[in-house]
This record gives sequence, structure tokens and C-alpha cells, in this order.
Amino acid sequence: MADQSAPYVGQAMKRIEDPRLVRGAGTYTDDLRLPGMLHASILRSPHAHARIRKIDTAAAKAIPGVVAVLTGADVNAACGLVPCAAAIPDLKAPKHTVLAGDRVYFVGHPVAVAIATDPYIARDATDAIDVDYDPLPVVTNMEDAVKEGSPLTHPDLGTNVAYTHSVAGGGDIDEAFRKADRVLKHRLYHQRLTPMPIEPRGAVASYHTGEATLTLWSSTQIPHLLRTLLPGMIGVAENKLRIVAPEVGGGFGCKLNVYPEEALLCHLAMRLNAPVKWIESRRENAAATIHGRDQIGEYEIAVKNDGTILGIKSRTLADLGSYLQLLTPAVPTLTGLVLTGSYRIPAVKIDIVGLYTNKMSTDAYRGAGRPEATYLIERLMDVVAHELGIDRIELRQKHFPQPKEFPFTTACGVTYDSGDYQAALAEAKKIGNWDQMLKDRAAARAAGKLSGIGLSTYVEICGMGPSKAMPAGGWEWGCVRMEISAKVTVITGVSPHGQGQETTFSQIVADRIGVPIGDVVVLHGDTNVAHYGRDTYGSRATAVGGSAVVMCINKIIAKAKTIAAHLLETTEDHVEFANGIFSSPGVTTRQLSWAEVAGEAYVAKNLPPGLEPGLEASSFFEPENFTYPFGTHICAVEIDRDTGQVKITKYIAVDDCGPQINPLIVEGQVQGGIAHSIGQVLFERTVYDENGQLLTGEFMDYPLPRAADIPEYVLGATVTPTPVNPLGIKGVGEAGTIGATPAIANAVLDALEPLGITHMDLPMTPERVWQAIKTRSTATV
Amino acid sequence: MPVPVRLRVNNAPREHTLDPRVLLVHYLRDHCNLTGTHVGCETGICGACTVLVNGKAVKSCTMFAVQADGAEVTTIEGLATNGHLHPVQQGFWERHGLQCGYCTPGMIMASVHLVATGAAGSREQIAEGLRGNLCRCTGYSHIIDAVEQAAQAEVVRG
Repeated sequence: MADQSAPYVGQAMKRIEDPRLVRGAGTYTDDLRLPGMLHASILRSPHAHARIRKIDTAAAKAIPGVVAVLTGADVNAACGLVPCAAAIPDLKAPKHTVLAGDRVYFVGHPVAVAIATDPYIARDATDAIDVDYDPLPVVTNMEDAVKEGSPLTHPDLGTNVAYTHSVAGGGDIDEAFRKADRVLKHRLYHQRLTPMPIEPRGAVASYHTGEATLTLWSSTQIPHLLRTLLPGMIGVAENKLRIVAPEVGGGFGCKLNVYPEEALLCHLAMRLNAPVKWIESRRENAAATIHGRDQIGEYEIAVKNDGTILGIKSRTLADLGSYLQLLTPAVPTLTGLVLTGSYRIPAVKIDIVGLYTNKMSTDAYRGAGRPEATYLIERLMDVVAHELGIDRIELRQKHFPQPKEFPFTTACGVTYDSGDYQAALAEAKKIGNWDQMLKDRAAARAAGKLSGIGLSTYVEICGMGPSKAMPAGGWEWGCVRMEISAKVTVITGVSPHGQGQETTFSQIVADRIGVPIGDVVVLHGDTNVAHYGRDTYGSRATAVGGSAVVMCINKIIAKAKTIAAHLLETTEDHVEFANGIFSSPGVTTRQLSWAEVAGEAYVAKNLPPGLEPGLEASSFFEPENFTYPFGTHICAVEIDRDTGQVKITKYIAVDDCGPQINPLIVEGQVQGGIAHSIGQVLFERTVYDENGQLLTGEFMDYPLPRAADIPEYVLGATVTPTPVNPLGIKGVGEAGTIGATPAIANAVLDALEPLGITHMDLPMTPERVWQAIKTRSTATV
Repeated sequence: MPVPVRLRVNNAPREHTLDPRVLLVHYLRDHCNLTGTHVGCETGICGACTVLVNGKAVKSCTMFAVQADGAEVTTIEGLATNGHLHPVQQGFWERHGLQCGYCTPGMIMASVHLVATGAAGSREQIAEGLRGNLCRCTGYSHIIDAVEQAAQAEVVRG
């Protein structure tokens, strides 16, 4: 709506954040320099499971410049236990101390910390620490971990099973399978991934002795959750603790956590009475920042011969790693919530087994549980279509709920807010020129090429979320202040780290308040400024945080109308507000600007009787439901028979995230998300060997997509507002990653289908594809 | 044993006495207080630390500061002139070539080198030229748009 009253929302505006960032003038955690600041380096376990016999720190302590060398025995009692916020019944949880106690449980497990006047010297000191380890049996394979007699990750728990979780929803699952003409079975492995933001984690802690307050700067997505959870660890009261997320260099979920190093740094700053900085190396990031995915699923699907899907049974093993981080056990349960995807599937049965292994914890990585669900349902749709000889698009359409059926409650027990799945599918086919794509594939195949087309018609859960369904509150807080100068200060409890809310919130505010966008400033990421918040994850920032800002705007305009009525000598119901001007047509020709109303609000010499001075409002927005963005992704590939190399030749994405505040930013989110999927399908895999050694500990071994791996995109959108928030916005941060993985995987398997290859686990690397082609070609010769 | 180093950084002479093991990136960040150059991997792969040394794009985490003795170093802070963004910086801003901004200084410096050497003539050439720089946010398309725009602006500017 690019009308005069809304000149900003809907425009592809340049970002307000960028001038500082393109000049290198942003301040990231590692850019902080405090007087007298010390530097910490952490020694980590080279073993996946071992008993620590002895730690000798004498040589390290003797290095000039070393201030302290501390082990678990020195700090654990003062640092509490690393928290897990997921409420799962009968969850067995190991005690997660900040440094190892007498055992280490994964490669990268923090064992000791050295603090020195210089970061190079701190690293020298950790190199000089001598640890005597007694290696113990290692659990690396989740399918072995679940077996009787397996070695135990945590022998004191007596089992590798952290929890089992079963959900049956919709109709009678046994009856569904009895009525089936056929039952198809499929096994899918969603490989372990390493999030790898380009900025590793890092923290700086500083204790202010006089005030007895502590400030922690951290490269985190969740300054407010840290402020809630750290007091229980370090014994500093919530209102004595300030958390700052400065410029944060990417998160993708891996900075949605309370990490041992954050509590440790707080403790060190108090203990040593000096500011302390710790910056994670890339190798540490790969080993000791959470991983994602790592689920093995076995699925049974009950179908009629006409393609009608009657029910799905799923049994999922989830590799949790060695410890429970903030949401570790909850992520696999999210998979269960959207197992039926965008389809009417009347009965489901979901069994999840969460398992401990001697690896880094898994937790929320971009999409968190929903990419797993989407990958499996979209693969299953292709499997069913292939097995029954039905067109895969017709099969999908046959199971779409119709727009008038929303809100639509699924067998998984969630209620999709709004949707028009057919429209997104039709739009993707149109802008991708589907019929031509089919002709191109036929021509390529006729020329002997391996050419394939894949699609996915996905739905996801975003806008997290209603507090009743969230572990620690799903509301969001905001504050809007009309200053006496008629500049507008917006404070949000979300914590953007690349998503551009300084820009999008400014667009929303400038339109609704009627001021130039340059007069709006958006503040975030400092708990002394943004007093409350629930931070950034789960595609929630604009849908939930933006809605809190809208509530504030409405309160301010209402109060300003009261003041304006008084000044215009009329009543509020005769005051009109548009484009930043208060008027009262028919009563007076006098008009008031924000400067006049705000001036009176703060000078406060002529306010209506009983009205508080000031023009500021804060609000907590509580969403009544999640949002459910959806869309259709289509991917075309060609595979080199001789090398197994997959080339994406065309990529079409139609995403419906509701109304778009800034299409340029939406496009960036979608493209970035698809790139994560390209990495997942074609390159990325976190590998531990049978001894629990991490083989993908650097960018050399863990291949992120590069610029030359990215296809040209054809992007489109449909717009279906959600009824659950005043902006109608659904969220788009994870859509690309959720929609794209199955589209690309389906395309590769479509290309290989003429060879009789119907399954391949991710990642579909050249080697794996080449092996499959070679094996099949040999078998059919 | 500390050794003397003399070089020019962003057109200003610098003279320091440094431990020989100090990496160029840490010298720039900690001794020159130019924190726009970022560290992403310390193994020369991600490219976040890219600067220009005598006009060539160099990963400053794989070079010792003492190796830059006598050199002319340009960092992201030295790119804008008289307050005006370099066309590559302008391109990144206008085409949404960045999200979190962490890889951006290195990505921009590598792109400046591509544009300056005429190696940004096509989208394919730009994508190949940026193989040494990782971005986890953007998915690269907007970065290629940005560099393409900057290369065209440079052609117009002559």
C-alpha cells in the first residue's frame, strides 16, 4: 500500500543499519576494549569421553602475563549449572557444569581456563596446561546408543535415553492402517549440521565493584533470556545484571542459548575484579557451539490406491549430543508438530526417542525441527506419488485444506492460522513456467542428461509464540516515546542480528505516526535500555515484536488525541489524526503538529486535568497463536554423470509470509535461507569418527556454500495475512531453509529416477551421487 | 624479541614495535584500533579479514604484521573518500548485500579488488572471484548484485 498515509511500509528501502556496517564501524563483541581488560582462553578436551586423572597448571601459571589458570574444581561451585528450558516429562538430565568435573563427555568440552594480559599469552597458557586423561568407551552412533548393552554417554544416568515422547493425534491410527490398500515405509536421515555464523561466539564481562553490578556483552540472540537465566547460575540478582548484545555477526539459532562460557566470564570478572574478554576460535565454534538436526526417522504411511493418505506413523531417533542446552530436547518435538505439513492427513502417531551421545549438543538451528518435518513429509509425498504412479502435484493438491477451512486444525494438534496453499503453488508454477520446465527436462533426458525437477509445498510454524506453548513466555515487549523534539524513539525487546528490524520497525512507526523515517531511532539489545524482551528466534521478531510496537503507537496516538482535544478546545471524538497532524474539522481550522502536542505533553502547563505528562507507551504483545507461513519451492537440477556434481539450473520460490514491510529484506531472508538448504542438501555434514573425534572442525572440512554454488533465483510471493497479530505478518526468517531442502533433494532424486535410484541420504555430495550412479549403472549392465 | 615495523595504513604512516608472531589482522585491530577488519576463522578460508596490501586483496589472518613492513595497507575504514562511500560500499548498501555485516568488510575489500582489476565483468566472474569469501546470511545473490552495480558504476566513472 504505497499511498500517502503509508509511504514506507511495503517499500524496498535501503537499510538504516548499513552505513555503519559497510564502513566497518559496527561494534561487535570482539571490538570492545575496556581499560585493564584481561583475555581468557579455554582449554578443551581432545577426547570424546575420558576420566580426568590430573590437571597440572604450574607451567601455565609460570608464563609472564598469565593472571590465573582455573579448572572445574576452582569455578564450578560458583557458576551453577547450565540451564535447559524445555519441559519434557521424565527427562533424564546430566549435571552440566561450566567446566568439566572429573570427566569429559565430548571433544571440545571445556576443561580449564587461562586468563592473561594478552590473548596470545592466554593461548600460550592453555597450551602449557598438562591434563592426564584416561579414555573411556565412546558413544557416537545413535542407533547403537539405543541398544541394550551399549556403552553409556553418562554412566551415572544408567541409560543413553534422555526421554521418550509419544503423540497420537487425529483419528484412530490403527484403523487408518487397517483401511489402507498399501503401507509404504521409508527411512530418512536428517544429518547433523554446524550453524557456522561467520562471527564466532564471544563475551566480555565487567564487574562494577561500587554498584555491585555486572555487565556482560555477548554475541547472543537472547540478551533478555540471559538476564533471566544467568542470575540462577552466578548469584548476581537480575536487577544488578546488564546484558548487552552489541552488533552480532549472525546466529541462525546457535546463539539462542545460555553457554557455559557466559557464566564463566561473569564469574571471572568478579573473581579477578577486572574486565575479561573471551573470543571463540573457529575450531571452538565448530566443536562447542550447538549443532543442528541429527534425526533418523522411520516412517510408515497408510494409503489408498487412489493416493488418499490415511495416516502416518513416525519413529524418530534424535541425537541430542552429550548435554542439554537451552532447547535441546524440545527441538525434535517441534518436528512432531508439523509432521503432516500442508496436508489433510487424518491420523498420526509420533514416537520420539532423544539420545545422549559423546558429541556436542544439538539445539535450535535455523528452522529447528520444522526443516526435519518438512523434509520428511515432502519426501514422503514424492515417494507415495512414485509408488502409486500418481502425479506428485495432484497428490499434494488432493490433500491441501481449502482457504475457507482455516483456521485448520491438524492431526498433530496445531491450528494453522490462515492459508491458500493452492495459490502459492499456482504462482510458483506460473513464474517458473512449469510446463516449459517439464519440456526442458524431457529434452535434456532425451539428450542423455540426468535432469530433474523437485518441489515442496511447505508450511512452517513461526511468530513464536503464544506463551502457553513456549517454555519461557512468548510475548514481546516494546516501547515508543514521542520525544519533546518530535523525534521518535522505539525500544524493542527483540534482538536483531542481521534481520534489519531497525529499518522495518522504523518503516512501521514512521507510517503510523506520520513522521519522516529519519526521525525514528530503534534501540535494542541492551537490557538497561530495552527493559524486557524475549529476543530473536523462531521468525518472531517482526510478527510479535513489531506487534508490540504497534500497540505502543496506538496508545501514544490515543493520548496525543486527548491532549490535542484539550488544546483545540474540543472533545477527543472530534479530533482526527492523519499524516502526523491533529485537526478537528468543523470545530476549528487550527491544526496541531506532533511538535506542538509533544511539547505540551512534556512542558505540562496546559494538560487536561488528571492526565499524566509525557508521551511514552510500553506494551507487552501476547500472540494468541503461532503463525503458519507457507509456500512452494521448485528446483531444477542437472547432474554430471562423470563427477556426480549436482548443478541447480533453476530455482523458484514463492513464499507467503503475509504482508511484507520491506520486500528487499524479505528477499534477503529467503535467499539466505535457501543457501543454508543448498549447503545441507549438497555439501554440509558434521562428522564425528567412531572415536568421537570431530572431523569437521574448520571451514576447510565443513564446506559452506560459496557464491559460485548459488543459482539465479526466480522469487515470488502470495499475501495471506494472519489474523493473530495486528500487522498480519507471519515471519520469513526460516522459510527458505524449511522450503528449500526437500525441493532440492526431490530434484536430485527426480534426476536419478530414470536410473532406478529412489533414495539417497543427505548431503547429496558428488561422491555419494557418483557412487550411486556407478553402482546402479553396473547393476543394470 | 620485538621488532620495528613501519608501514602506511589508510594513507597514514604507522610505526610500531611488535612481537614477530602478531598477525596483520591483530595488528590492525589491536594496535591501529581499526576494528572494521574482522576475524572469522584464522585459517585464511572465510575472508572476513580481507584487506588490500599494495592494492592486492590479502587475508590478513594469514600474514604476519612484520611481513607488511614497508607496505601500503588499505582497510575498510580507508575506503570512503571525503565521507563518500566507495561505489562497492554504495552497492552493498543499495542492493542489500549484507545482513549481519560481519563478513561485509572483507567481502567489500575483495570486491574492490575484483572491480579494480576488471575481474567483475559478469555475474559468473564475480561469483568465482568471491570464492575466497564466505557469507552465511545473504545467500550471495544480493552480494553479486552489489558488485555488479559497482562494476558498472566504475565503467561509467571511467
